[in-house]
Amino acid sequence: MATNYREMSAAELLSLEPPGWGGALLDGLVVSLQVALLGYAIGIVIGLGGATLKRSGGPVARDLMSVYTTFVRAIPELVLILLAYFALPELLNNVLSVVGFGRIEINGFAAGVLVIGFVQGAYATEVFRGAIASVPVGHIEAAHSFGMHPLRIFHRITIPEMLPAAIPGLSNLWLIAAKDTALLAVVGFTELTLAARQASGATKHYFLFLLAAGGLYLMVTLVSAQLFKWLENRVSRGTRYA
Amino acid sequence: MPEQTLMKPHRLIMVLVAAVLVLTFAFMMDWAWLPKYSSEILDALWITIALLVSSIVVGFLLAVPIGLVQVTGPRPLTWLAMSFCTLIRGTPILLQMWVLYYGLGSLFPYMPGLRQSWLWPYLIEAWPYAFVALTLSFAGYEGEVMRAAFKGVPRGELEAAHAIGMHPFTILRRIWLPRAVQRVLPTLGGELILQLKATPLVATIAVVDVYAIFGRIRQETFIIYEPLLMLALIYLIFAGGIAFVFRLLENKLPARG
Repeated sequence: MATNYREMSAAELLSLEPPGWGGALLDGLVVSLQVALLGYAIGIVIGLGGATLKRSGGPVARDLMSVYTTFVRAIPELVLILLAYFALPELLNNVLSVVGFGRIEINGFAAGVLVIGFVQGAYATEVFRGAIASVPVGHIEAAHSFGMHPLRIFHRITIPEMLPAAIPGLSNLWLIAAKDTALLAVVGFTELTLAARQASGATKHYFLFLLAAGGLYLMVTLVSAQLFKWLENRVSRGTRYA
Repeated sequence: MPEQTLMKPHRLIMVLVAAVLVLTFAFMMDWAWLPKYSSEILDALWITIALLVSSIVVGFLLAVPIGLVQVTGPRPLTWLAMSFCTLIRGTPILLQMWVLYYGLGSLFPYMPGLRQSWLWPYLIEAWPYAFVALTLSFAGYEGEVMRAAFKGVPRGELEAAHAIGMHPFTILRRIWLPRAVQRVLPTLGGELILQLKATPLVATIAVVDVYAIFGRIRQETFIIYEPLLMLALIYLIFAGGIAFVFRLLENKLPARG
């Protein structure tokens, strides 16, 4: 039975129950946030590793990191998504078939998390490198002279001291991650933007649903900006500003 | 001294590895499709360049007043400019493009009189929507940058200009704007590269840019790797060119004091 969307009001169209498409939009939002959060977490891990390599790794490691950051910053995310979605599974399967394993599939979710993590990692490397450079060397040397283990120095001294400098950059990165998930719509992965597009296509109310998705994105970015502001205040307690 | 340290043994090895990789790509892979599509690729390149340059020029012209009113007021305009920047920076540009193309585009036919107006032939094409979306996005991001730049110009310079009797508009034209632009130049190269990376999104609203043409090549030839690698290479060259030009510019311009 076809539903007559033409005569429904905006509230009915956006309602969470089936004739309305609000539920589909919210599902899309949840998927978007999951991809963004996972990608962001991977990016932070890569960033911490990358920054450490750039600061104290050998010359080869440092140059390789530069190649990585340069490439990621020059190639559009859309192209990287295509590479992860179409070329990478093919490559992996060719390698796996040589080794004698079965085929694997990379779905939209995995490709999205991979690409966003990969891109975020490059930018996070720069954020963390700058922030770690702002930690006074004397503090780290003092910890060394107490005989602290390097890992312990990292999580007791370096990380707490660099966070005030890193949070603004990390906040920006999170906003980029949240917005970059929209690009997955291009490979047909149903996140918020594609959900809105599907809803608008089915109901012919294009403007309403795309605007509603925009409102949801705006809500996410505004709320997270506030959270990061609170976080920044929290981690920079006791810091003196010149 | 980067010149002296550029050629270390490990760098030579890395360059060698890169050269071997490029040569393997060039000779081992299938590039037979390239001559057949070369003229279409060139046309698409021009579309990308035209969209990039026009959206940056117009976007920057919009960004100047958007940044300025956030520093000078009046209040309603400040509020308007701030909400515009928040809106643009808070939503994905893909969605903005779709709101314009699918959303507004679906409402236009119902507006009385629009079909008869001179605008109509443009409204049924895709590229004006792409251009407007890219321009507004650049204006939003750059407006925020310009706000900080206008704010960062030392007050003393503006007061000095005021004291010798300059008209406010002359101050803006001769002192405030040039000093602000000087401040944003180092970041402008990065912004241009970000804008370059946003241009392939126009392929989603049926504008045939470089990204779209390579999508077609992939569909018609069923080749997986080569078109994607070529596409990545084209964007790398573009971004490298932008970075290079801005490096030159920065060295040419006097250091800001």
